[in-house]
Amino acid sequence: MSAPVLEVKGVTKAFGERQVLRGIDLTVGEHEAVALIGASGSGKSTLLRCIDLLEEIDDGDVFLDGEVITDPAVSPVAVRRRLGFVFQAYNLFPHMTALQNVMIGERHAHGARKAEAEERGRALMARFGLAGREDDRPDNLSGGQQQRVAIARAFAGKPRALLLDEVTSALDPELVGEVLAAVRDLKQAGMTMVIATHEMSFAREVADQVAFLHAGRILELGPPERVLEHPEREETRRFLGRLLAAGRI
Amino acid sequence: MTEAATIPASERRLEREAAKRRRSRRGAAIAALSSVLVIGGLAVLVLTSNGWPEVRETFFSWTEFKNAFGEVLSGFWLDVKVFMGVEVAVLVIALALALIRVSRSSGLFPLRLLSTVFVDVSRGIPTVLMVYLIGFGVPALQIVKPAPDPAILGAIALTISYSGYVSEVYRAGIRSVHRGQHDAALAVGLTHSQAMRLVILPQGIRRVAPPLLNDFISLQKDAALISIIGPVEAFRAAQIIQGENFNFTPLVAAALLYLAVTVPLARVVDRMGGTEGAVR
Repeated sequence: MSAPVLEVKGVTKAFGERQVLRGIDLTVGEHEAVALIGASGSGKSTLLRCIDLLEEIDDGDVFLDGEVITDPAVSPVAVRRRLGFVFQAYNLFPHMTALQNVMIGERHAHGARKAEAEERGRALMARFGLAGREDDRPDNLSGGQQQRVAIARAFAGKPRALLLDEVTSALDPELVGEVLAAVRDLKQAGMTMVIATHEMSFAREVADQVAFLHAGRILELGPPERVLEHPEREETRRFLGRLLAAGRI
Repeated sequence: MTEAATIPASERRLEREAAKRRRSRRGAAIAALSSVLVIGGLAVLVLTSNGWPEVRETFFSWTEFKNAFGEVLSGFWLDVKVFMGVEVAVLVIALALALIRVSRSSGLFPLRLLSTVFVDVSRGIPTVLMVYLIGFGVPALQIVKPAPDPAILGAIALTISYSGYVSEVYRAGIRSVHRGQHDAALAVGLTHSQAMRLVILPQGIRRVAPPLLNDFISLQKDAALISIIGPVEAFRAAQIIQGENFNFTPLVAAALLYLAVTVPLARVVDRMGGTEGAVR
C-alpha cells in the first residue's frame, strides 16, 4: 500500500463547553474513499472542517502526504490549495456565473491565466453534465446543478483529496442521483475522498472504508460490507436500525 | 408560447378575470377620487386662507424668482462640487474604516481602536457643530498659511461626519454575507483578503447600496451647512437676496434646486430596493 494521503491522529476539538471530537484517528490512502457515517452532531462535518483547516483543532495532528498541516508554522492557505471541499449547502458565490465559480480558485489561488482557467472550467463543467449552463447564475440552477458546480469548483484546483460534507442532504430526492453520479465519476478517476454522508447505499457502493462516528469518536472502521451489514458495536446497530426504520436504507 | 395561452379559457376563468378587472377599476376610481379630495381640499385651504395673497407675493413671486435664480444657481454649483467631492471621499474612507473594524489581525489593533473611536465621535457630534469646529478650529492651528478655503474645510467636516455613518452601513453589508461564503472562498484556496475583495465585498456592498445612497441624499442637503463658516452656496446666496429684498422667493428657488438632485436619487434608491425579492 502506498503512503497515505491523509492521516488524522488523535484530533480533538471543542466548541466552548461542547466537546465535538474526542480523539479521532483515521488514515486515507491514495485513491481511497472513506465514508463518514453517524448521527447529526456526531462530528462528521467538524472533522472535515478541521482537515481543511476551516476550524482550528485543539489536540492531535493532521498530515497531508506525510507533512503535518496542523502546525502553526504551516500556512493554512497553502494547505487548502491542495485540498477540495464541497459543502452541504453548496456555498456557491451568487454574484458570479457558474463558470466563474469553477474558475475562481485556478485564477486567484493557483495563478492560472484567464484563458487557461476558462478552458479547464468549461471542460470540467461539461464533464459534470453542465455544458450550456456556464453563464447562468447559481440562482438559476437547480440544487443538483448547483452542487455539481460546487464539485467542479472543488475539483478544479487539482486537489490531493476531496472532502465532501453531506453533499446530497440539501437536495430534493429526485436530484440526489445526479450528484452521486458526479462523485462516482470522481471515484473512478481515482480521487482520494472523505465523504460524510447519510446515503448508506451510496457509502456501500463507493467507499473503500466506512467509519462510524459516535459522540466525537470513530467507533467502527472497516470495509462497508462489514460495518454496514455486520456491525460489531451496539451504537452502530442502533444507528443503522434507526435509518432502516426511517426508510433511508 | 406560454402554456396558459394554449389552454382554452373556461367559463369559470372568464368570470374570475372579469371580477378581477372590476376590482381593479374600482380601486383606480377610489384612488383618483380620494386624491382629488385630499389634494383639492388642501389647495382650497391654502388658497382661500387670509394670508395667501401675501404669501404668494413673498414666497412665490415669479419676478423675484427670475431675478434671484442665476445667483442661487451659481451658489448651488458650489454645493454640487462639495457634495460630489465629499461623496467620493466618504466612499473610500468609510470602506477603509469598515475593513479595519471587521479585521481580526492583532497588528491592526491600534488602528481598529482608532477607527472605532473615530466612528463613535464623528457620528456623535451634530454635523453643524462639526462644520463649525473644523471651519474655525483648523485655521486657528495655523498649520497651513494662508488658511485653507472655508469651502474645503466645510467639505472636510462633512466627510468626517458622513464617513462614520457610511462605514457602519458598509460594515452591516459585510456582516450580512453568510459565513459559508467566507468558508467557501477559503476552501478554494483564496487568502483572507482575496476572499474579502472577490467574494464578501461585492455581495455586501450590493446589498447596502440603497441605504448607502440614502445617506448621500441626506449629505446633498447637508452641503448647505458649510454656509455657516462663510462660503456662499445656494442657501446662503438665497438668504442674501432675501435680506436685500425682504422676499423669500430665492429660498424657494434654492429648495427647488436641492430637490432637483435629491429626488432623482431617491427614485434610484426606491427602484434598487424593489429588485431583490422584496415584499410588494
